[in-house]
Amino acid sequence: MNLALKDIRHNLGRFLLTCLGLSLLLGIVLAMVGIYRGLILESLGLVRAAGAQVWVVEGDTRGPFAEASRLPGDMREAVAAQWGVAAAGGVSYQNVEAVHRGVTKRLMVVGAEIARPGEALSVVEGRPVLRSHYEAVADRSAGLALGEQIKLGRYLFTVVGLTRNLVASGGDPVVFITLRDAQKLQFDLTPAAARREVVRSGGASGTIDTVNAIVVRLLPGIDPKRFAQDIVRWKHLAALTQDDQEAVLSRSVIDRARRQIGLFTTLLLCVSTVIIGLIIYTMTIDKKKSIATLKLIGAPDRHIVGLIVQQALAMGVISFLAGAALISAGQAYFPRRVVLQPEDAASLFGIVLVVCLIASALGVRTALRIDPASALAG
Amino acid sequence: MTTQPVVEIRGISKHFGEGLARVDALRDVSLDVFPGTVIGLRGPSGSGKSTLLNVIGCILEPNSGSMRLSGELVYDGKWLRPDLRSLRLEKIGFIFQSHNLLPFLNAWENVAVARTLAGANLAQAKERALELLTYLGVERRQDAMPGELSGGEAQRVAIARALANDPRIILADEPTAALDSQRAGKVMDLLRKVAAERDAAVIVVTHDEKIFDRFDQIHSLRDGVIEGTAENRRP
Ligand SMILES: Nc1ncnc2c1ncn2[C@@H]1O[C@H](COP(=O)(O)OP(=O)(O)OP(=O)(O)O)[C@@H](O)[C@H]1O
Ligand SMILES: [Mg+2]
Repeated sequence: MNLALKDIRHNLGRFLLTCLGLSLLLGIVLAMVGIYRGLILESLGLVRAAGAQVWVVEGDTRGPFAEASRLPGDMREAVAAQWGVAAAGGVSYQNVEAVHRGVTKRLMVVGAEIARPGEALSVVEGRPVLRSHYEAVADRSAGLALGEQIKLGRYLFTVVGLTRNLVASGGDPVVFITLRDAQKLQFDLTPAAARREVVRSGGASGTIDTVNAIVVRLLPGIDPKRFAQDIVRWKHLAALTQDDQEAVLSRSVIDRARRQIGLFTTLLLCVSTVIIGLIIYTMTIDKKKSIATLKLIGAPDRHIVGLIVQQALAMGVISFLAGAALISAGQAYFPRRVVLQPEDAASLFGIVLVVCLIASALGVRTALRIDPASALAG
Repeated sequence: MTTQPVVEIRGISKHFGEGLARVDALRDVSLDVFPGTVIGLRGPSGSGKSTLLNVIGCILEPNSGSMRLSGELVYDGKWLRPDLRSLRLEKIGFIFQSHNLLPFLNAWENVAVARTLAGANLAQAKERALELLTYLGVERRQDAMPGELSGGEAQRVAIARALANDPRIILADEPTAALDSQRAGKVMDLLRKVAAERDAAVIVVTHDEKIFDRFDQIHSLRDGVIEGTAENRRP
């Protein structure tokens, strides 16, 4: 006969209500961990989307994801001509605000060369950019449909393909256009300003062929580390392997997010502990007479402790499962990508169990102090 | 009587507090209770009735004296068994003024729980519980929750629980206080029946003069001392 369950059944309403509240809390914790995972995947997504092995960037910088990195576009030929290079492509990154169906959206516009490293790797719908102008491949999260047009800067682009789950680390959906279009978008001035520039520079139209990085794919058997070291010997260039690049991102974006989310998660778990503790405590106080009676009849302490700890655990487990179900169901409606990993859920589950044990301490202490003789008092 | 007493108390004293606040609840009390008898403890409020019952129930540690329960010396200046709860479980059944049934268990579960605590499995415990509820005439209410039972029914279930582990000693602190005189008489008759049929010693604390005739012996306490004993002669 499980006294813990019987007592829960007796107070089912209050118990379930508490579980509901707790499940929301634990759901939020899971969601935050999920958002954190999503953040990592998202921010690495853009870096991984390039399919690079080595990133050639401006000398003395750590690349466009950490700081400003600019290098002349014609460096691409020089890099591509290096021994061991399978392919190289110039890429540019810029944030653009665009008005779409009356809503202003921030987009991460990636300029990449057609059929060269850096262009959208996996187009899930439609096709890659094939024409050198005014075509775009957009991420689904941008809310653009195939064939739809969107105005970026002064130009109208047609969406020819869609990617999935590709956003910048700030959450902005990624839009791929050709490098030429991207450079125009970045450097093209209004006609009046352009005329002034031409006059100032003495007739030569200023070069706009600037890229933020050159994405390099190597031939089989070439060690990216060695290759990167060789590049660094060149003047004005630096190089990062894909691993370096991901590490740079981890340090900048992810560590901050980890600290923030870690803090909130810890706070929420503390709140959960307090709630479980209080409810278990009041449930114990309500059972004072029953516990005294049990002791009087002759129930050993481990029975009494078991009664309380089991209730705390039941509360934690039910709330956790309900919270997990809630978040899995509501995952799609979150403004950010929520990635629920089984191992995260498992470790949160473990933490919840520990929290329950801690929370039941107060109730257990109270229960153990109850005097069996108090059952006799009318 | 030639049989051994189930409860043998020698020179038990118990006081609360020290110095000016000291209250001597029991002073050098000696008492024998034999199986098959129903003993009453009466006396004014504060005379030490509950204290004596709690000492016999191994809930309260006396300050001096000795005590033997069904032949086993359990107290001699100190407790001689470390596990008083298992001692209670096997030797003693408690019946309370307010029935003290566990509110989250139904009638038969309330009886069975005492049995399962003593190590029985649920099926055995349930069988035993139903047997006892039948014995006490409340088998129809076996699935009722305590809140749904009348005072008399609840007290019978509580008696069934006290009997669950076949104790030789049954302690009842004002078991009829919450009942009208007719029901009180019935409960007392049940306790008499239990004492007679199970060869148990039943010790009842009571103020209730209407049931005094149901006891084999009534001890009167005053200021922690047994000052008189009345025998009810029975045919
Ligand atoms: N835990 C305690 N702490 C201090 N004093 C106590 C305690 N329990 C009982 N006493 C005192 O011991 C004396 C005997 O108390 P006891 O409860 O045995 O009386 P009683 O005869 O049962 O009275 P009543 O008829 O009112 O139940 C009283 O003076 C009481 O105040
Ligand atoms: Mg009393």
